[in-house]
Amino acid sequence: MSGGKVPKIPLEKQVRMAVNGDEAVAYAAKHSLVDVVAAYPITPQTIIVEKFSEFVADGEVHTEFVPVESEHSAMSAVVGAAAAGARAFTATASQGLALMWEILYIASSLRLPIVLAVANRALSAPINIHCDHSDAMGMRDASWVQLFVENTQEAYDTTIQAFKIAEDPEVLLPVAVNLDGFVLSHTLEDIYMLPEEEVHKFLGGYRKVTGKTYVDYLGKEVEVKLDPANPLSFGPLDLYDYYFEHKVPQIKALEKAKEVVKRVNEEWYELTGRRYGDGVIDAWGVEDADIIVTVLGSTAGTVRHVARQLRKEGVKVGVLRIRLYRPFPFEEVANAIKGAKVVGVMDRALSFGSFGPSYLDISAALYGLKERPLLVNYVYGLGGRDVPPSLVRRMFEELIKVKEEGEVKEPLKLLGVRE
Amino acid sequence: MSEGKAQNPYRLLIFEPGRKYESPLILNPRKLAEEKQSMLLPGHRLCAGCAAPVVVKLLSFAIRGPTIVVNATGCLEVATTIFPYTSWAVPWLHVAFENAASAASGVEAAIKALKKSGRLPYDHVDVVAIGGDGGTFDIGFQALSGMAERGHDIMYVLYDNEAYMNTGIQRSGGTPPFAWTTTSPVGKVIPGKTQQKKPIADIMVAHRIPYVATASPAFWADAVQKFRKGLEVNGPSFIHVISSCNRGWRFDTSLSIEVTRRAVDTCYFPLWEYVLGKGYFLTARSLQIARKPELKQPIEKFLEVQGRFRHLLKPENRELVKKLQEYVDAVWEDLLERAVNAPR
Ligand SMILES: Cc1ncc(C[n+]2csc(CCOP(=O)(O)OP(=O)(O)O)c2C)c(N)n1
Ligand code: SF4
Ligand SMILES: [Mg+2]
Repeated sequence: MSGGKVPKIPLEKQVRMAVNGDEAVAYAAKHSLVDVVAAYPITPQTIIVEKFSEFVADGEVHTEFVPVESEHSAMSAVVGAAAAGARAFTATASQGLALMWEILYIASSLRLPIVLAVANRALSAPINIHCDHSDAMGMRDASWVQLFVENTQEAYDTTIQAFKIAEDPEVLLPVAVNLDGFVLSHTLEDIYMLPEEEVHKFLGGYRKVTGKTYVDYLGKEVEVKLDPANPLSFGPLDLYDYYFEHKVPQIKALEKAKEVVKRVNEEWYELTGRRYGDGVIDAWGVEDADIIVTVLGSTAGTVRHVARQLRKEGVKVGVLRIRLYRPFPFEEVANAIKGAKVVGVMDRALSFGSFGPSYLDISAALYGLKERPLLVNYVYGLGGRDVPPSLVRRMFEELIKVKEEGEVKEPLKLLGVRE
Repeated sequence: MSEGKAQNPYRLLIFEPGRKYESPLILNPRKLAEEKQSMLLPGHRLCAGCAAPVVVKLLSFAIRGPTIVVNATGCLEVATTIFPYTSWAVPWLHVAFENAASAASGVEAAIKALKKSGRLPYDHVDVVAIGGDGGTFDIGFQALSGMAERGHDIMYVLYDNEAYMNTGIQRSGGTPPFAWTTTSPVGKVIPGKTQQKKPIADIMVAHRIPYVATASPAFWADAVQKFRKGLEVNGPSFIHVISSCNRGWRFDTSLSIEVTRRAVDTCYFPLWEYVLGKGYFLTARSLQIARKPELKQPIEKFLEVQGRFRHLLKPENRELVKKLQEYVDAVWEDLLERAVNAPR
């Protein structure tokens, strides 16, 4: 949040409420005039569905709630709903997201603007209900827009923004809003919500189908939806003669999403006074930093807290929170960290047999530069392992040592694991 | 269809927003041919003699107005929508193999929400899900059961060709005992599929949904009427249609409909409907057989025209045919006991 401009809706006109991250998401979905919610319970997402069911039971929404029998069906049902022209929402975590996997690719390839909240949780086995990003990283190649939030306020704000991003005529792709399981999903925070009508206005009311296509057999341009007046076939067989070309607009739309995320972040700022960096990255103290740590999600707060202390002690450190993970903001990230001597890349997931996922992206972002900072990958917090400031401080101290020595001896470190 | 009759060269079924559609059921063949058309247009690439497009055609004769079709992966889906072509004259959605019922649930929920918020330009839109036996008995069963339990207003049509045909004739939960498939081959010691056919329609009855029926393309008027009833009930309905496949069942393409007639005549595939609160009713040929048991044909009549059962007709396998006959009889007797209109 930065000062300066007076928002259209000043804080005193916003609705202050103590909610946890899951409830914040449920309220955001309610305020976004969602037509269909199909969801299945799984910790730590369950509160979202529970809360939303209450809105339905109390007649506060027009939404059709579909209490599906699995997450595979949840994703399938929102695909069906969105194809029929509805604004559709679902939420899950961990095993549920893994079960959705097959349909994630179909949702994006059918160019359906679905919003999915993921309360990030470790994957089995062993079964574990606590936070890490393994679930989200399993869908990084699925052509979804993936946003990671830092706190409950941002969970509310981003869920609303997600609908605007997804439905943008130049994007038309599904958006996943990731909030750290328990750390955010279950932690009460005082946040500001908008009066509902303001959210309606921000989104332009109910979903309008914006995708249009020219259809030979109809002899005209029609909206891309299941429409008895304009019969279209969704999801045909598409072989080697067309499939590849059909991926091109999808690739371009996902690239375009980055600009739209930035624009929506600014629009939100004008409306509410809140923004999150430039929308895709949220940088702190990077301009003159020798050492920068990159991070996704709620851990950014802890890292910034430690960085502030180090700054006071005279160490030039910075923090780069990556808010938009897919499409990866290569340019923005490279520009933010290229001046540093050492960069620590924190990943709350591991691509087994390789590095943490964001390390690979950041390596690619830096590779084209003549001079690059040294890079160390810190895989941390798997299965919800706590990340106290002392641990983050130890990481910074190691990075200082790397800077002094001028070389990386161990590019992949497991932070906080017992020996 | 008189109202929805398309005024376009492609004969699409176009339903104008805001108009009320009433489409009386027509069972006179000549009138039917004049007034109605299939929602599946010519040019698709299903095999010559495939019964699946016949099933869709009969379904088309029953539709009431605006209708959206959700199709599971399988022969019907693959062969009717090879990009850049489509044979579908109505809005059509394919998502994946196991989720026609859940994707249709989403479509139906969307229609309800659009209606509730005053954004549906029609009085009503029917949703039909279509799946093969693999997509229904097996991999899509959970989604189907969920759809039924949640009470969505969807008609689920199962075209049952008794194997995974699209992937090359592998056994499914719908494959009958002793049938040859590529994963239940007839070997030196194992004579085809050694398990039963899952009683899928009865399982759907057990869900206590408003309407369940079986149908055969050979008894087309019975099928059309059942499709119509399935569309008319509020809530889920399930229509199990036997759909012959000359590739997988190994018969001459000219026999496609004959085979589905023999399935009924032998009581291998009895025709019935179940109305919630009223019970099971035999229909068409099956009712006639119940009244006049001598009409019932031996199972050999069904087997003898199909290569997938060829091994059963060898003298050394007489015992297997007997077993199959016993199995068919047991299922038939059981049905006779349950059917409200069976003679006692
Ligand atoms: C999850 C998944 N598993 C397997 C397949 C491969 N597959 C496609 S169609 C098909 C068989 C379809 O059988 P059925 O439902 O009986 O329809 P049919 O082709 O016989 O008409 C299979 C196994 C798939 N598409 N998706
Ligand atoms: S393989 Fe069988 S079911 Fe598939 S199109 Fe050919 S005849 Fe029809
Ligand atoms: Mg089949």
